[in-house]
Amino acid sequence: MADTAITVEKARKKYGGTADRYALDGLDLTVARGTVHAVLGPNGAGKTTLVRILSTLLRPDSGRVEVAGHDVVRQAYDVRLRIGLLGQHAALDEELGGHQNLEMFGRLYHLGARHARVRAAELLERFGLADTGRKPVKQYSGGMRRRLDLAASLITDPEVLFLDEPTTGLDPRGRAEVWSAVRSLVGGGTTVLLTTQYLEEADQLADRISVVDAGRVIADGTADELKALTGGDRIDVVLRDAGHLGAAVALLPVPKDDVRVDPDRRLLSAPVTDRMAALSGVVRALEEAGIEAEDVALRRPTLDEVFLHLTGDDRRVKEPA
Amino acid sequence: MSMSTYALTDSWTMTRRELAHWARQPVQVVVNLVFPVMLLLMFGYLIGGGRGVQGSYIDYVVPGMLALTMAFGLEGTMIAVTQDLNKGVVDRFRSMPMANGAVLVGRSVADMLQSALALFVLMGVGYALGWRADGGPGAFLGAVGLLLFFRFAMLWIGIHLALVAGKPEMVQAVQILVWPIGFLSNALALPETMPGWLGTVVEWNPMSHTATAVRHLFGGTGTEHVAAAIVWPSVLLAVFFPLAVRRFARLSR
Repeated sequence: MADTAITVEKARKKYGGTADRYALDGLDLTVARGTVHAVLGPNGAGKTTLVRILSTLLRPDSGRVEVAGHDVVRQAYDVRLRIGLLGQHAALDEELGGHQNLEMFGRLYHLGARHARVRAAELLERFGLADTGRKPVKQYSGGMRRRLDLAASLITDPEVLFLDEPTTGLDPRGRAEVWSAVRSLVGGGTTVLLTTQYLEEADQLADRISVVDAGRVIADGTADELKALTGGDRIDVVLRDAGHLGAAVALLPVPKDDVRVDPDRRLLSAPVTDRMAALSGVVRALEEAGIEAEDVALRRPTLDEVFLHLTGDDRRVKEPA
Repeated sequence: MSMSTYALTDSWTMTRRELAHWARQPVQVVVNLVFPVMLLLMFGYLIGGGRGVQGSYIDYVVPGMLALTMAFGLEGTMIAVTQDLNKGVVDRFRSMPMANGAVLVGRSVADMLQSALALFVLMGVGYALGWRADGGPGAFLGAVGLLLFFRFAMLWIGIHLALVAGKPEMVQAVQILVWPIGFLSNALALPETMPGWLGTVVEWNPMSHTATAVRHLFGGTGTEHVAAAIVWPSVLLAVFFPLAVRRFARLSR
């Protein structure tokens, strides 16, 4: 109990107004205290609905949802004392400046006027926004806005922090800024639940990942465990001449259907079981056939492949054309 | 719950937020104050001819314009609430351990202050144009009280409409409706001068009661319509205040 920060049991939530479409359809989730947990899924999978329920903005229709040991419906106030929220859209007052925003939120967290001012200055410094002065938030860049938004959600050092697609719409630099901010939190013992469509983001930041689709968790585990679901390691072969792709497919030690062919990159990719035997076997076979390769490499599957395997491919199998 | 102890400080913080917006956008504040003055000048001089009004038209139109300005305040409230809801900042407020109603209370206090300021400016301009309040200080304060009470009812209608409609496009639709409803009153012209059915509609308009009561109080000609000018806004508040509060609480549904 004490080492669980988030518990979701059979949470259901209808889409507003619809009779039988569920944004959450019996979702289960457990997040251990002090860990970073990624909720990974496509648009419309229910990620935002889940975050809104966890942060007391929405009530679930049924099921049990607890955050930091308190029920989000019956003990919403106790939950709010212990959480921080970074929503998909900046939850800031656009007309006011950075310091004004943070001071206002600090007062609303009942820090008292003086402490609220001190805390605002501290957080601006920490997130590299100390020199923004009176500039209104509407003139901030996307990355600055996100950082201020993140600062606002950290005013009281929350036990549990929710990040709903924290880097959507940011350029690579903005993304790197947010990532490093999230990493620095983890050392402090904060539990972080983040949603993302970016597999790389989940891979980079999260201890554990829940893959959601259509309002349910369809897979759960560490990045490595999820990658193992698609069948372990893969071998990638890049050929010098795309014209040889067809011939090279037959040389790989797997059934033809398991080989992914990418003609644009002159790339073949196939799952393998015995790593070293596969590597030497493929190199030798290519040499004997006189096919020139630019690169031959063994690698772990990417989360993209896991994701397609769990969602897209499965669905295609289930739904007959 | 411990929430209620913070109701006052949180409401004050939210009011300060609105005042900080004023400080940020002084031009907007001035424009909001100048607009009713322009209407007053337009109707007082350009269009005004005092349709059927006996005595000074300025004494008729200034109280009417004060009431009309209070009615138009509904738009401003609705726009501000809609913008907040669509910008996500209300989500942060709602996820914080603050008093539930403070967001709405802050809005109310700021809008009432703005309206009091508008009354003050309009009456100043009216005075310059020759309008006089002859009813004595008690009646004067009573009239101002009735106008602000009417504004308070408009405020909660505005909050409710913003929570129901929720989209900036809907604000425009309401703006288009507020105008005819504002003008379908006795603010600018006597109902007797209108076609019979229209005159009836105009006399029923809650705003007409406020305008008439205020005219009498300012003019020192009795307390006619004062009861109606208390009852109508009370009825509107009794309906829209709980509806708006419930709507706000139901954002979590």
